[in-house]
Amino acid sequence: MISPQQRRERFSPRQKQRGRAAMALQALFLAATLVGVVSLAVLFVDILITGVGHISWDFINSFPSRFAERAGIKSGLSGSLWLLGLTAAFSFPLGIATAIWLEEYAPRGWAMRTIQANIANLAAVPSIVYGILGLAVFVRWFNLGQSVLAGAMTLTLLILPVIIISSQEAIRSVPSSIRLASYALGATRWQTVSRQVLPMALPGIMTGTILALSRAIGETAPLIIVGALAYMPFTPSGPLDEFTALPIQIFNWVSRPQPEFHVLAAAGILVLMAVLMTFNLFAIMLRNRFSKRL
Amino acid sequence: MPPTTAPVVETRDLYVYYGKSAAVKSVSITIETNRVVAFIGPSGCGKSTLLRCINRMNDLVPGARIEGEVLFQGLNLYGHGVDPIEVRRRIGMVFQKPNPFPKSIFENVAFGARINGYKGDLGELVEKSLRQAALWDEVKDRLNVGALSLSGGQQQRLCIARALAIEPEVLLMDEPTSALDPIATQKIEELIYNLKQDYTIVIVTHNMQQAARVSDQTAFLYMGDLVEFGQTDQIFTNPREERTESYITGRFG
Repeated sequence: MISPQQRRERFSPRQKQRGRAAMALQALFLAATLVGVVSLAVLFVDILITGVGHISWDFINSFPSRFAERAGIKSGLSGSLWLLGLTAAFSFPLGIATAIWLEEYAPRGWAMRTIQANIANLAAVPSIVYGILGLAVFVRWFNLGQSVLAGAMTLTLLILPVIIISSQEAIRSVPSSIRLASYALGATRWQTVSRQVLPMALPGIMTGTILALSRAIGETAPLIIVGALAYMPFTPSGPLDEFTALPIQIFNWVSRPQPEFHVLAAAGILVLMAVLMTFNLFAIMLRNRFSKRL
Repeated sequence: MPPTTAPVVETRDLYVYYGKSAAVKSVSITIETNRVVAFIGPSGCGKSTLLRCINRMNDLVPGARIEGEVLFQGLNLYGHGVDPIEVRRRIGMVFQKPNPFPKSIFENVAFGARINGYKGDLGELVEKSLRQAALWDEVKDRLNVGALSLSGGQQQRLCIARALAIEPEVLLMDEPTSALDPIATQKIEELIYNLKQDYTIVIVTHNMQQAARVSDQTAFLYMGDLVEFGQTDQIFTNPREERTESYITGRFG
C-alpha cells in the first residue's frame, strides 16, 4: 500500500511553468498570424488608397496608351478572362481524370510511386520553366503562335500537378466503407466512382481547383516567355489571337518611371483582385451547393 | 429442425491467402436454403474472410488469393467467366459498421436498384425493402432526409433494407450488431429471424449468445480451420471437439 502522500510525490506537475509555456506559445502563434494578416492588410490598404480613385468604366473599357490619363485595361482584362476560362476548361477535366485514374484504377507498385513522386515534384517547378516548355511545345511545335490558347495550355500544365494532388487527396478521403457498400450492391467500379466517390470528393476537388486557378490568373513570367504582348490595343477575338494579361499590364506600368502609371498599376491590381474574388466566390457557392446535397 | 433443404452455398477445400499466409485453410462447408448459419471464432480465425469469399468481396483486397471452390447453386463462383458484379447482386452483404451513403434514406435503398437497371416501381421497392428491414414505420414520413441523421441501429437496418432491395438470394452479415447497443441489437436479431422465411443468411458474430439465439447452424473456426460445423444447439450443448468446447465456455478467445 502506498500512502496518498507518496502517490503525490511521484509526480511533479509544475502547473505554473506549464501554464506559462502554454501562454507564451499562444502569444507566439498569434504573432505569427498577425505578421501575415497585418502586412497583407497594409499592402491592400496602400494599393486601395492609391488606385481606387482611378477605377472607372473608362479605365476598364480603354486600351493601354502612352498617355496615362487615357490608358485602360481592356485588353489585359479580356486576356485574363480568356486565360481563366480556357485554363479552367482544360485543367479541371484533365486533373480530375488523372486523379481518378491514379486513385481508383492504377495498379499499385513502384511504377505508380514513381509517377506520383514526379507529379509532386512538378508542382514545385518554377513557373518560368513551364513558360519555356510552353514556348517550345505549344508556340513552336504545335504552331499555335503567341496565342491566348498557347498561354492557357501553358498555365494548364503549370497548375495540373496542384489540381491532381488535391483531387487525389479529396478522393482518398472518401471512406473505403462507402466503396465497399457500393461494390456489395453489385456496382461496377465506374458506378462506384461516379455515383458515390466523386460526389463526396467534389467539394475538396473544387477547393484545390479554385486555389490552382487563382494562382494561374496571377502568373506573369510564363506568359511573358510564351509571348504575351506588352502593348496590345485590341482584344483577342478567338483562342488563336495574340493576347496580354492583367499581371503583364500591371508589370508594364509599374516598370515605367512616371508616377501616374504607378497609380494605374494600383488600379489594375484592384481590378485583378476583384476578378479573383468574384471567381472564388462563384466557385465557393458552387461548392457549397454540391456539399449541401450530401 | 426441419429436414435438410437444398444447398445454396457450398465451399470445397477452400483456401484463402493474404500474401503468403493462409487465412482460411481447407474449409468445406454446405449452407442450406432458408437457414441462418453463424460463423464464430476468435479474432483472426478467418470467419470474415470466409464470409467475404461468398460474394467475392475478397477480390477487392490487394494480395488476396483463393484456392478451391465456392459453389453458389452449383456454379463455381470463381470459375472462368463469372462476373463478380453479378455475384454480388445475387448475394447481398451487410457490414460491421453501418455504412449508409451520405444521401437520403430513399436514395440509399434505391441505389442498388438504379445501378442494376430495376424495371419496376422504385417507390414500391423502397417501401417493401424498408418494411422488410422493419424500418418503414420509423422513416416513412422522412424518406428524403439524409441517412446520416438516423441512429446507429436505424442506419444498420437501412443498410439491411438497401441490401434487400436488389432482391438477393443470400444475405451475408459481417458482425452486423457489433457497433450497436443491446436494444438495436435485439431489433436486428428479430429481423434476422423474420428474414429467414425468404433468405438464406450467413452471419459472422463475436457474440456467442447471438449465434445461439439467431442461428440454425453454427460453424466454429479457429486459426483458419473449420473446427466444427453442426446444428447450433448441438454445438453449444454438446460440442464434439475440445477446441469448440473451450471456446464456447470462454476458456479462450
